[in-house]
Amino acid sequence: MNRGADFTYDSNDGESVIRFSGRMTLARMGDLPQRLAEIGGYDEGADQHGDDADRVSRIDRIDLTDVERVDTVGAWIIYRIKRDYRATIDGGKPEVCKLLGEIEKADKKVRIRPDRSSTLLEMLGTVGKASKVAFQSLIGMVGFFGAMVAAIGGLIRNPRRFRLNAVVQRFEVVGVNALGIIGLMSFLIGIVIAQQGATQLEQFGMEMFTINLVGRSAMRELGVLMTAIMVAGRSGSAFAAQLGTMKLTEEIDAMRTIGVSPMEALVLPRVLAATIMMPLLGFYAGVAAVLGGMMFVWIGLEIPPITYLQRIREVVPMTDVWIGLIKAPVFGLIIGLTGCYQGMQVEANAEEVGLRTTSAVVQGIFMVIVLDAIFAVFFTGLGWK
Amino acid sequence: MIIPEDHDVAIKVRGVVNAFGDQVVHDGIDLDVKRGEIIGVVGGSGTGKSVLMRSIIGLQKPQAGEIEVFGQDMLGEEAETDPDALDIRRRWGVLFQGGALFSTLTVAENIQVPLREFYPGLDPALRDEIASYKVTLVSLPVEAGPKYPAELSGGMRKRAGLARALALDPALLFLDEPTAGLDPIGAAAFDTLILKLRDTLGLTVFLITHDLDSLYAICDRVAVLADKKIVAVGSIDELMKLDQPWIQEYFNGPRGRAAIDTSRRSGQEQA
Repeated sequence: MNRGADFTYDSNDGESVIRFSGRMTLARMGDLPQRLAEIGGYDEGADQHGDDADRVSRIDRIDLTDVERVDTVGAWIIYRIKRDYRATIDGGKPEVCKLLGEIEKADKKVRIRPDRSSTLLEMLGTVGKASKVAFQSLIGMVGFFGAMVAAIGGLIRNPRRFRLNAVVQRFEVVGVNALGIIGLMSFLIGIVIAQQGATQLEQFGMEMFTINLVGRSAMRELGVLMTAIMVAGRSGSAFAAQLGTMKLTEEIDAMRTIGVSPMEALVLPRVLAATIMMPLLGFYAGVAAVLGGMMFVWIGLEIPPITYLQRIREVVPMTDVWIGLIKAPVFGLIIGLTGCYQGMQVEANAEEVGLRTTSAVVQGIFMVIVLDAIFAVFFTGLGWK
Repeated sequence: MIIPEDHDVAIKVRGVVNAFGDQVVHDGIDLDVKRGEIIGVVGGSGTGKSVLMRSIIGLQKPQAGEIEVFGQDMLGEEAETDPDALDIRRRWGVLFQGGALFSTLTVAENIQVPLREFYPGLDPALRDEIASYKVTLVSLPVEAGPKYPAELSGGMRKRAGLARALALDPALLFLDEPTAGLDPIGAAAFDTLILKLRDTLGLTVFLITHDLDSLYAICDRVAVLADKKIVAVGSIDELMKLDQPWIQEYFNGPRGRAAIDTSRRSGQEQA
C-alpha cells in the first residue's frame, strides 16, 4: 500500500517511456530526485552527473498509471520532465492531472534572495554605506539631543506635563537596582588595585603609597568610569531594547496619535534618570573601591583602618572628588542619549532591535572613554593634579 | 492494517478543558473535523477559538480531554516522543494571525525553512524550485520572493505565511483569521485561493474566522463556540434553524443578513 516513489525507464521501438509508481509525495520521495538526476531526468546541473552515455537524451512519454498519490513536489518533478523533454503524460488519476495543471500554471522563476553584485563592488558598497551610517548616526545624535533640549524647553514653559512618576520609576531601575552589582564590582576593583599596587610599591619599601594609589584612582577615574561601563551595559542596552520593541509594535506611533510626545514620556525620564543617577552611583562606587582597598591594606599590609582613612583624607584632594562628580552626569547623559537614540532608530525587525542594542552599548562606552580622555587633559590643564 | 471506524475523521476532540488560572476557557469541547472539509470555527471574542487551535497543534496543553489527529493521540504521555505523533506534526501547516514570518529571512527563504528542517537531504536546486512554485501557487507576484516580510503589505504577508504553511504539502491546514485586516477584494481572493487549494491538494482546513462572507463562501460546516463549549456544528442553513440566542444574533444580525444576501446574489449570477 504505502510504497515509496519509484520509477523505471524503458527505451524501445523508438519510444522512450518513464514510468512512475508509488506515492510521489515529499515524505516518500526518498532518493528519487538524485536517481532521476543521474539519468539526466532533469537538466538542472545535468553536466555534473555521470557520463554522457548513461544519460537519457529523450523521454517521449510519462506513464503515471501506477502512481498512488501525488503532492505538489511529486507533481513538480513530473512536470519538470514534461517541460524539459517535451514529453506527453499518460494515465494518472483525475486529481493527479488537476494538480499537474495547477503546477504548470505556477511555473515562474522566483528569485530566492535579493541580487548581489560582485565582491569588490559589494565591499566598496559596504564601506561606503558604513561611513554614511556612521556620519548619519553622528548627525542624528546631535539632532536627537537638540530635540530633547527643545522638549525640556517645552516642559519648563509647561511644567505640569513633566512626568515625575516616570522619572522616579527610572531612578529606581537605573540607580537603586544597580547598587548591589556596582558596589560589589567597585569593592573588588579596590582590592585588585591595592593588591597590585602593593606588590610593585613594596619593592621600593613604599607600601604606604598604596593608599594614595587606591584613593586617588578610585575617586578620580575608576569609580566613575567603571560605573559608566556598568550603567551602559545595564541601562543603556535596556533603553535601546525597550524603545526598539515599542517602536516595532507601533506603541510609539500610538502614543504620538494620542498626543503624547514620546520624547517627554519615554526619552526624557530615561536620560534624566541616567544623568542624575550617574554621579550618585559614581561617588558610591568610589567609596566602595576605597573600602575594598582598606580591607586589603588591613589584612595584607596590616595598616589599621583608622590610619588608612586618615591617610586617605590627607592624600586625596577635594578636586579629585569634584572631577568625578563633574564627569559622571556627562557620562550619564551620553549613555542615556545613545540608548534612547538607538532604540528610536529601530524600523524593520527583531534582529534590528538586537543590533541597535549592541550599538547603544558599544557607542555609549566608546564615547564615555573618549570623553574621559578629554576630561583628563582638561582638568590637568586646569591645574587639578 | 485494520482501517479504524472513524477513518475519515481528521481531527477528533473529546472533552477538552482549558483554563488559565481560575478562568475556564473551555469546559468539555467535543468536535470532529472530517477529512477534506473546510470547517469554520466562530465564536465571540474571548471564547477561545485560538486556544482551541493551539491545543490541537500542541502549543497549549489542555487540563483534560483527548485530541486525536488522523487517529493519532496527540496528548498522551508518549505524544512528545512518539515518532508517529512527530510525523503528524509535519503533516499540518499553520497560518498564524499576523503571518508570523521570520523577519530576517526573505519570503522564499521562509518557505524553505520547513523543507530544510524536515528534509535536509533535499537537493538545493529542487528546494529553490519548490519555493518558486509555492510563491506562485498562493498568487504572490514573483517579485515577492526575494523580499523581506517588512517590505510586504499585510495581505501579501498572509499569502507568504500561507505559502510557508503549505511548504511540506500538509494534509491539514490551520488558518487563524486569514482574512482579518484584508480589504474585501483581497479577502474574497484569499477565500477563492483556499477553496482552490483545498480542491487541488485535497486539504482539510480548520478555519478560525470572524468574516461572515468567508463562512458563506468556503465553509462546508461551521462550529460555534459559546458558553465554553461547542454548542452546534453544521451547515449555515442548519445552524440558522437552531434556537440558540448567540447563533440567531450572529447569523440574523444586520451583518449576517448582508452576508446572506451577497452569497445568494453571487449564487444567482453563477446560475
